[in-house]
Amino acid sequence: MLSDKKLKSLGRTANTVRQDIIKMLLAAGSGHSAGSLGMADVFTALYFNVLNINPKKPWEPKRDRLYLSNGHICPVLYAVLARRGYFPVSKLKTLRKLGSPLQGHPHYKCLPGIENTSGPIAQGQSIAIGAALSAKMDNNKHQIYCLVGDGGQDEGQTWEAVLCAGKYKLDNLTFIMDRNNIQIDGYTEDVMPIEPLADKYKAFGWHVIEVDGHNIRQIIDACGQAESIFEKPVMIIAHTIPGKGVDFMEWKYQWHGKVPNSKEAKEALKQLRKL
Amino acid sequence: MNLSPRIFKKNIDMVPTRNGYGDALVELGRKNPNVVVLCADLSDSTRSSGFQKEFPERFIECGIAEQNMMGMAAGLASEGKIPFVSTYSVFCPGRNWDQLRVSACYSNLPVKLTGAHAGVSVGPDGATHQGLEDIAITRCIPNLTVLAPCDYEETRKATVEAAKLPGPVYLRFAREKTPVFTTSRTPFKIGRAEVLREGKDVSVVACGPLVYEALLVAEKLKKEQIKVEVIDSHTIKPLDKKTILKSAKKTGAIITVEEHQIMGGMGSAVAEVLARNYPVPMEFVGMPDSFGESGAPEELLKKYGMTSARIIKAIKKVLKRK
Repeated sequence: MLSDKKLKSLGRTANTVRQDIIKMLLAAGSGHSAGSLGMADVFTALYFNVLNINPKKPWEPKRDRLYLSNGHICPVLYAVLARRGYFPVSKLKTLRKLGSPLQGHPHYKCLPGIENTSGPIAQGQSIAIGAALSAKMDNNKHQIYCLVGDGGQDEGQTWEAVLCAGKYKLDNLTFIMDRNNIQIDGYTEDVMPIEPLADKYKAFGWHVIEVDGHNIRQIIDACGQAESIFEKPVMIIAHTIPGKGVDFMEWKYQWHGKVPNSKEAKEALKQLRKL
Repeated sequence: MNLSPRIFKKNIDMVPTRNGYGDALVELGRKNPNVVVLCADLSDSTRSSGFQKEFPERFIECGIAEQNMMGMAAGLASEGKIPFVSTYSVFCPGRNWDQLRVSACYSNLPVKLTGAHAGVSVGPDGATHQGLEDIAITRCIPNLTVLAPCDYEETRKATVEAAKLPGPVYLRFAREKTPVFTTSRTPFKIGRAEVLREGKDVSVVACGPLVYEALLVAEKLKKEQIKVEVIDSHTIKPLDKKTILKSAKKTGAIITVEEHQIMGGMGSAVAEVLARNYPVPMEFVGMPDSFGESGAPEELLKKYGMTSARIIKAIKKVLKRK
């Protein structure tokens, strides 16, 4: 059982990560703000509590794997990896700069802890399924997580992957969906209606759990439950607020692929420090 | 060159190149427990069914879902497997090019993708199933090795060797039975073109089963005192520049022969090397910026100009330009 003290500490870490994201995006001058901020709690819960990992041995064969399928929210992944000790926090400010390993979209093994290349939506899902099948073949017991976006539900490859994971009953596989209801051109249900998501995944042979993506205890409990499910892959639908923590960004799809200017960043950091 | 003693005889063995792939998969499966095969509902026609029978636990039926198949292969490769992705060339790399580019090649993972049923000689299935653009769209991807072996034996060797490379490889096969004119003793090395026949008047650089047509032409033109050098350029990327330039310097004229669009194919790769280093008159034999259609393989090869007669015509033309 997670102590209140630990929970509070995780919340503080997530807030630090949000501040890192704002600073990184300001320095980079381009990138994706809303999804990165919205997923800070989920990534913090995973890397600081759920995953069986060791930053000192990033490629240890028995490690749990985390694949990112919506690669554009990589600022949150980079910030969490740095805070968890995979590489120095000082590297974060090189995001999107020439020669930096912090590519605009993640490149496999370009940094310790980066398990897959991603960017073109939905590709990480199939990679995660391949890795889960490989673990099954070799009777390895580690867990495989894959972070996906709700906009990515538009992609045909998503449903090829979902169908296949159901067929192979990949109970070592857990997807976590950032259900923030926005994508570049607008609200997901305007661009391309994807509901009822839970029913869709259930129909494809998945176990579905829904959580508040800003409630770290709920996220951790859901991952624990996911590990205990047999003969089914698990989809955790994490309901999140895009731009979480910065009032002028929250719920605004316009912030999907936009970064703050220095005045906005200053205001964002001020708000986040008060959280 | 240790070619078949029956090379120009009527009783030469006729076997499809895809069979070489199927047999090599079984051979690889027995030697290496990390070899896995992914299939998109085409196990018989891609000849992956032999592997499936012997190693069902390492055979992954993906259904008709080529994009997911390529991504899964990348995931398996990142975990130490050597995945062979099996389907038709029109679907892979045709339908999953983005996944090939990003998940497999940008990550430089040892995914081995195979395109069966390449070329107009696929025949009655028609243009939709005749892969004629696959070389163009694979040879432009960094990290990817591109192979188009010439017969059953060479396909078998190419498959075995592809498994040893640390990066991604594309292998291209044909549907029809074609002459088996190389033997187990014919040299084969990825990245090295083989001069199958020496000549001094003109070089024919070919890939796939049409290499045999080039050899037939060389034999035929002997009577006309035209000495044709025949090069099997099974590795389209990385192209064996050394062997091709050496031959260009010797003969001063080059013909390329392939069952693929002239645009962007093996011939284009050869032209890129010659233009930069040693330009000589050149002619291309291949698909002339056209889709195919239904018909018998030999009818289609004739109609679209990929026969001995067409190679001879190209040779005569290039010799005039020397």
